[in-house]
Amino acid sequence: MTANVAEDMMTETDATDTPTSPAEQETLAKKMVARDVDVFYGAKQALKKITIDIFENEVLSLIGPSGCGKSTFLRCLNRMNDTIDICRVNGDITLDEQNIYDPALDVVQLRARVGMVFQKPNPFPKSIHDNIAYGPKIHGMTRHKDELDQIVQTSLEKAGLWNEVKDRLAEPGTGLSGGQQQRLCIARAIAVSPEVILMDEPCSALDPIATAIIEELIDELRQNYTIVIVTHNMQQAARVSQKTAFFHLGDMAEHGPTDEIFTNPRDNRTQGYITGRYG
Amino acid sequence: MSVDYLILTVLVLTAAGFYLGRSRSIAVTGGRTRDLHSVPGYYGVYVAIWAGIPALLLVLVWLSAETSVIKNMVLSALPASYEALTPSELELVWVDIRNLATGNIVSAQPSPTVVAASEHYLSLRALSDWALFLLGLVLAIGGLLYARARVTPTFRARNRVEKVLNVFLIICSTIAIFTTIGIVLSLLFESFRFFTRVPVTDFLFGLHWSPQTAIREDQVGSTGAFGAIPLFAGTLLISFIALAVAVPIGLMSAIYLSDYAPKRVRGTIKPILEILAGIPTVVYGFFAILTVAPVLRDLGASLGLDVSANSALAAGVVMGIMIVPFVSSLSDDVINAVPQSLRDGSYGLGATKSETIRTVILPAALPGIVGAVLLAASRAIGETMIVVMAAGLAANITANPFEAVTTVTVQIATLLVGDQEFDSAKTLSAFALGLVLFVVTLFLNVIALRIVRKYREKYD
Ligand SMILES: Nc1ncnc2c1ncn2[C@@H]1O[C@H](COP(=O)(O)OP(=O)(O)OP(=O)(O)O)[C@@H](O)[C@H]1O
Ligand SMILES: [Mg+2]
Repeated sequence: MTANVAEDMMTETDATDTPTSPAEQETLAKKMVARDVDVFYGAKQALKKITIDIFENEVLSLIGPSGCGKSTFLRCLNRMNDTIDICRVNGDITLDEQNIYDPALDVVQLRARVGMVFQKPNPFPKSIHDNIAYGPKIHGMTRHKDELDQIVQTSLEKAGLWNEVKDRLAEPGTGLSGGQQQRLCIARAIAVSPEVILMDEPCSALDPIATAIIEELIDELRQNYTIVIVTHNMQQAARVSQKTAFFHLGDMAEHGPTDEIFTNPRDNRTQGYITGRYG
Repeated sequence: MSVDYLILTVLVLTAAGFYLGRSRSIAVTGGRTRDLHSVPGYYGVYVAIWAGIPALLLVLVWLSAETSVIKNMVLSALPASYEALTPSELELVWVDIRNLATGNIVSAQPSPTVVAASEHYLSLRALSDWALFLLGLVLAIGGLLYARARVTPTFRARNRVEKVLNVFLIICSTIAIFTTIGIVLSLLFESFRFFTRVPVTDFLFGLHWSPQTAIREDQVGSTGAFGAIPLFAGTLLISFIALAVAVPIGLMSAIYLSDYAPKRVRGTIKPILEILAGIPTVVYGFFAILTVAPVLRDLGASLGLDVSANSALAAGVVMGIMIVPFVSSLSDDVINAVPQSLRDGSYGLGATKSETIRTVILPAALPGIVGAVLLAASRAIGETMIVVMAAGLAANITANPFEAVTTVTVQIATLLVGDQEFDSAKTLSAFALGLVLFVVTLFLNVIALRIVRKYREKYD
């Protein structure tokens, strides 16, 4: 990325209205809070003392050079790191003031409340309908088939996929295009009515048009959900997020309102990254 | 004797050819090997090939033709009185001649003609050996010199060497193919001979198996019935029992190994399971007849069941244990091939491990698992030793696993063990059984491999 593009971005964010003014911020509730989070893979420390608040109905984007720990942090938020044997997490992360690493909290419940969309679309090799119905079924959310069908329909509608697939719900989800598959995965996450949706580079495998559709979708979803998104595309971070956190080699160098980070970075590592000096 | 020396000499010449060729190639460019078309080693190999291969081929051809040529020469040199002999009598004379020549025991006091002939034989052999030695030496040295003379900077040694290698590899791979074709043809041919005596329909659909054929008219109990249904039924019963044991155990252990076991446990259990596949089947046979069968009989007796000493159950259970590694290791592979992203997707929705395995991983891996089971089934159907030892010989049509049954493979083995005349219906029926077995397992293997391959393509 060249400095030129970064400048474009700054003017772009300057031009738009600041999504969250300081006054508005007071009213937003803290959805998730991370305090002094350290993550180790074996003996290697991947994250150091990460402290950040995630506000309700906002999009937080995580940016930073490859390998700096963005995915690692994201996976802490719904304890996906539990599936990695060698991974160890210290520090506090709370969801609605409840510690998510509290042994009393069931990880199944947590993941129903904090959903996840992955970098590569990963629909199950099942029908489109069954892909969406999967989550509601395992959580026993419905008692009738009608209810389930209703959830499938609303989820697909929210993900903006309903009109494209309503006649082919019985066809395999793997037969959709990449962008459709990713929206299917978003619909699948929405179907269990999560409160927070985590997205790890959700557009990196998609073309610009599919990306634009998903960005639009993220903006709509913000009304009802709290969203954390990892992205390498800084225009994307500027377009969709209200808050941005910049990670660097396991540290969180800086975080704050997106327009401030992009127009007036305080940390010179951030500045170097967004103006394309490295990363 | 001198053939050994010849081969040794040719090998030495081959090695020498390599060094000569290589140094020659360096010498012709005055040490600037970059001007050569190929690296010097290829020139070495090229010369070595010319020194070795023609001479060795000569040895091969010579040795395969030598005996019959000498035989003809010796026999045609015999006095005229021998011309009246029949071919088989002549053959006996020839055996005598050879035995005398090599110092073996001779059938009777050798006649002077035979002694003379054996001396003739010995002299011819000596002559042939020397001729071979000389010719071989000439070929090796000639080849070496010819190839060495061709070494020039522009000579494409690498391409030549690779062509020879290519031919060599093709020959190796066709050996396996031709062997298979040969086996199939012999099976077909012998089966055909069997079916000229016993109609195909009697064989495939007959309910009675009793392959003893009467040698004398008045013999009793030797009706010679060749209905193979009891054998097919026995094979099916035992394979079914084996699969009923192997599939659950194999699949569960595959699931445990791929998704539950910590790395260290997996690292220990997997090799142990694979050792199971390396145990000779004869040892499984001991185990079946000496350990499992008595235990089953006692167990049956205590429950008031009548379990015969040779039971389908004992053989089936042990065979099942034998094919556990097939099912588990192949299933483990296909389960592992289900991408991590699918697991993550399921965990990310709040599914537990067992829900993920049941609803995402097993359905995704199912085609591969079916393939694994079919391969195991074809192994079970073709298995011989365990059933020979533990299942018995009684050709019963029964679904009762406590009775003795017999299988296709057991019958083939018993039909051909011992001294047999190879053109009776009894022995020929073994080939027909083999043909059926071959067709069935081939069919199963083809289907299984297709399923497995199709499944692999889906995620790569
Ligand atoms: N399963 C794992 N085992 C060991 N180390 C890991 C594992 N996953 C990540 N790491 C290490 O943790 C560090 C952070 O990785 P992470 O995946 O969080 O980076 P990232 O910021 O998401 O990078 P990218 O932008 O390339 O996705 C890296 O140094 C990585 O090598
Ligand atoms: Mg990442």
